[in-house]
Amino acid sequence: MSHHLVAMEDVHYRYLDGTPALCGVSFTLHHGESLGLVGGNGAGKSTVLLHLAGVLFPQRGTVRVGDWPVTPGTVAHVRRSLGMVFQDPDDQLFMPTVEEDVAFGPTNLGLPPEEVRARVETALDRVGAQHLLARPPYRLSGGEKRAVSIATVLAMSPDILVMDEPSSGLDPASRRGLVDQLRAFEHTKIVASHDLDLVVEVCRRTIVLDRGRVTADGPTREILARGDVLARARLEPPQGLRSCPRCGAVGDWHLA
Amino acid sequence: MGLGELASRDTPAARLDPRAKVVATLAYVGIVASFGRHELFRLAPLAAYPLILAALGDVPLRPLLSRLALASPFVLGVAIAEPLWGRSPALLLGGWVVPGGAVAFATLLAKLVLSVSAALILVATTGFDAVCAGLGRLGVPRALLTQLLLTYRYLFVLSDEARRMVRAHALRSPDRPRSTLRGAGTLLGQLLLRAFGRAERIHAAMRCRGFDGTLRLSQAWHLSLGDALFLSAVTALLAASRALDLPALLARLGGIS
Repeated sequence: MSHHLVAMEDVHYRYLDGTPALCGVSFTLHHGESLGLVGGNGAGKSTVLLHLAGVLFPQRGTVRVGDWPVTPGTVAHVRRSLGMVFQDPDDQLFMPTVEEDVAFGPTNLGLPPEEVRARVETALDRVGAQHLLARPPYRLSGGEKRAVSIATVLAMSPDILVMDEPSSGLDPASRRGLVDQLRAFEHTKIVASHDLDLVVEVCRRTIVLDRGRVTADGPTREILARGDVLARARLEPPQGLRSCPRCGAVGDWHLA
Repeated sequence: MGLGELASRDTPAARLDPRAKVVATLAYVGIVASFGRHELFRLAPLAAYPLILAALGDVPLRPLLSRLALASPFVLGVAIAEPLWGRSPALLLGGWVVPGGAVAFATLLAKLVLSVSAALILVATTGFDAVCAGLGRLGVPRALLTQLLLTYRYLFVLSDEARRMVRAHALRSPDRPRSTLRGAGTLLGQLLLRAFGRAERIHAAMRCRGFDGTLRLSQAWHLSLGDALFLSAVTALLAASRALDLPALLARLGGIS
């Protein structure tokens, strides 16, 4: 039994067209941690997540999730403990109704129908989407689709929740709802995003990726206050960590 | 969009077991196809099945017609040659001599309208996923059903993507909003590449949730008295119109020869 939950060690990956995506990424994550994976476009955030979910495999280096090294032979085990929410909900929601979509994962786990039904209810309840049960997913609004996507993964009771740009395309109210939900989950979380304000609110630890390399790793509030690191990674300090434009106060002035 | 969404309403036709409707529709299409090239009038009684099922399912006419129109080019393409072949007289209609080709053309069209509307009404009273689940219970291979279901699901996404591309093209070529043939080739190629990308992402998302090649559709079904009645009525209609020449019988009863 390993004491850490997720570990990447010197992972290299180059896409088929020759674009280098990851150039020696290493980090370890422990139970209950919440990690923000930040970086500009093309920094390699999504590629890291696809390695964790066993969709891609490293060309050099190793990836471990729980007790398993992530290899083509172990992905089934890995995916029982790691739930991934994709960036575009239309990629994630493919069944005729919301109910069947949320039931898809638990059914594939071979759970009995009563247990599947209970899991569907609990998962939709967690994201406040019970009323969407009978609707076809393609008819939902962007915010509803996002909530249901998260429910499809929660229904599998993963130990680790992995999300790719969860706040993209959401209106402020839906985004606020999402942030509150994410803060309430006690799962180990990995959130890839360039919405740094979301990361400040949801994640205690942050890793900055820049052109396939980890350029900073530490407590979110320290990392995201380092303007030089962020600028090199094509990012800007989040509003929440900037000084107040009127009184010059630093910190949580915007929340006061 | 989405004829299948009509099926979520509670109508007598929607309450029938999907398997019963699938079997009935398949048998119906088989019988319609079995009639000869010139047996136009013998098809007439068969119109009862789609009419009655549509009435029981409260299926609106307009979406049916628009989808019939969508299917028509395929059959028109096949049928259009018929009048050229058969010039020998085949029918006397009120003193007019109708050539065999024209009758064959009309017969093909009637077959198209009957069988396509039966299939459309099946979807409109059952829902596409339940039709697929029904087909699965009747032994259709799982791989084929998965293809059908996913195709139906992503038709929307693909058509949206195509519409956005055409619009983006139109906005940047104000003098020529419609694409040239060459341009259309590029657009289609782009659409294909995007569809590949989308397919890969969907497959990854499915595998992440334990997909192993079979889509499990959860449907608890039991055949009821209504289903038995429905199936016997359909069997009676199909058998009668196959075995007896109903229009000729009616004509004789009415004293017309």
